[in-house]
Amino acid sequence: MGKRVAIVGTGQTKGSSGRKDVNGQEMINEAVMKALTDAELTRDDIDAVIIGNMDHFEGINYVDTWSVDGSGGYMKPIMKVTTGGTTGTTVAMAAYYHVASGLFDKVLAIGWEKNSESDTTGAIITAFEPIVDRPTFAGAVGGLALMANRYMHEFGATQEDAAYVAVRDRRHALKNPNAHLQIDITIEDVMKSPMIAWPIKYLDMCPRTDAACAVIFASEDYAEKICPRPAWILGIKNRHNFTFLGDCALGTLLSLEDAAEALYPRIGITEPLKQFDVMELYLPTSFAGVQWIEALRLCPKGGGPELVNSGATDMGGQCPINPSGGVLSSNPIGATGLLRVAEGALQIMGRADKRQVPDAKMALVSGFGGCNWSDLMALGAKKPD
Amino acid sequence: MEEIKKKELLSVYSGEAEQPFEWSAGKYVSRFLVEMRDNKTLVGSKCPKCSKVMVPPRRVCGDCFVQMDEIVKLSGKGSLYSFTVVNFGFVDPDTGLQRPVPYTCAYITLDGTNCTYAHYLSETDPAKIRIGMRVQPLWEENRRGHLLDIKHFEPIEG
Repeated sequence: MGKRVAIVGTGQTKGSSGRKDVNGQEMINEAVMKALTDAELTRDDIDAVIIGNMDHFEGINYVDTWSVDGSGGYMKPIMKVTTGGTTGTTVAMAAYYHVASGLFDKVLAIGWEKNSESDTTGAIITAFEPIVDRPTFAGAVGGLALMANRYMHEFGATQEDAAYVAVRDRRHALKNPNAHLQIDITIEDVMKSPMIAWPIKYLDMCPRTDAACAVIFASEDYAEKICPRPAWILGIKNRHNFTFLGDCALGTLLSLEDAAEALYPRIGITEPLKQFDVMELYLPTSFAGVQWIEALRLCPKGGGPELVNSGATDMGGQCPINPSGGVLSSNPIGATGLLRVAEGALQIMGRADKRQVPDAKMALVSGFGGCNWSDLMALGAKKPD
Repeated sequence: MEEIKKKELLSVYSGEAEQPFEWSAGKYVSRFLVEMRDNKTLVGSKCPKCSKVMVPPRRVCGDCFVQMDEIVKLSGKGSLYSFTVVNFGFVDPDTGLQRPVPYTCAYITLDGTNCTYAHYLSETDPAKIRIGMRVQPLWEENRRGHLLDIKHFEPIEG
């Protein structure tokens, strides 16, 4: 099983549509300094750095080498991890593996993106098969729209059924000073917003954000000395899907379903909605917010709309989803997944401020890459046996 | 020393530098493109283990992880599995041109296959498109061995 690992500090920059005051490396430095301050550590305490983003959004390959001055990685081991949308969660997993191996005690994970520096959709297309997939692909929005459409067809859901996810997450963001978007909207606002790619409307969709996030992982030999209430990593699973999107079923997020099926028994979860106190899930559209929670077995297939519209996943509800405002409020892609990890950890650590879920002891965190692979991580206040 | 004025924040453009690539299609996709160019025919490959037929044809079945050597000719007709009508313009990295909008990205289950195939659909009004509707390819007169030797798929009347 390896050493037990916990998160002992986090840092993030406020999401912005364009941080013209910093270059990427400087923005990374801001998040790193905040994480070190949060953990009361210095750069010298860090044994290794894991860093990731989606290279083609800034057109700078090898961020690992380019960002050394700002990441604190000078004369340290550094690895770049980049897995598309799941980059942030995969960066966290890689940091976990480094510490769990027993070879590194304190590892710094960094995710970041300056989406303002490029045409996001044009860049995302370059992640896909060049000869047969690219000519017709419409970026992340296109893939997400295809999934949303198939889901509505298979389960009879409507656009209105999904819209509340956008209302919920944006309302939650009002309590998160780091969220990019802080807007109070209604279902009617969502339904009236312009259609981007049918059935996804402007307010159903996540923004493009500039931000960086840094998370410090420590082994059981150090975690409790550094942090009074560290967030222990209870389990991790990730799953990839076929090369061609056309080979993937679109009505269900199979990779997330498979990951949950593998993770839950390992950590004694039989009723996720009851047993988890809070969730920070990678939900880039409102439709994902009803479709993908079914893959996590929070409700039966087709039951997503009912669960979400019941208020059970609101702050104050049975199991709040995305107190941070989620991806719908901030989407600095290389950091997005890591923000889920950081926000989940903040909940366990009791440092989530105005967005704190009282007495949060178990958090579920997910990452998504379009289309369509998934990462899943469980965090807890109790040190694993 | 003058203070750096905060309002002077510059952005530097990458310029018009090109970074072209030339990708090898391989035996399978080359056959796929040649059949389109010369015979106005779509072909897939069949896995010897799971018997699934996949389009575009490829060397390895991702599920079974075995090599597929059997090429299967397809009628080209199919049923719509999912679609989206895209309203936002962006620069297609392959052509360097803005994609004309709206356009319908369609995922089609071609008859005789066990996966879906991505292409355009001629109809761009979501109210007139139905998942499950029957579609067929419209071939270009001048074909060059490219995905877009099919101009788009169109609904089969009736």
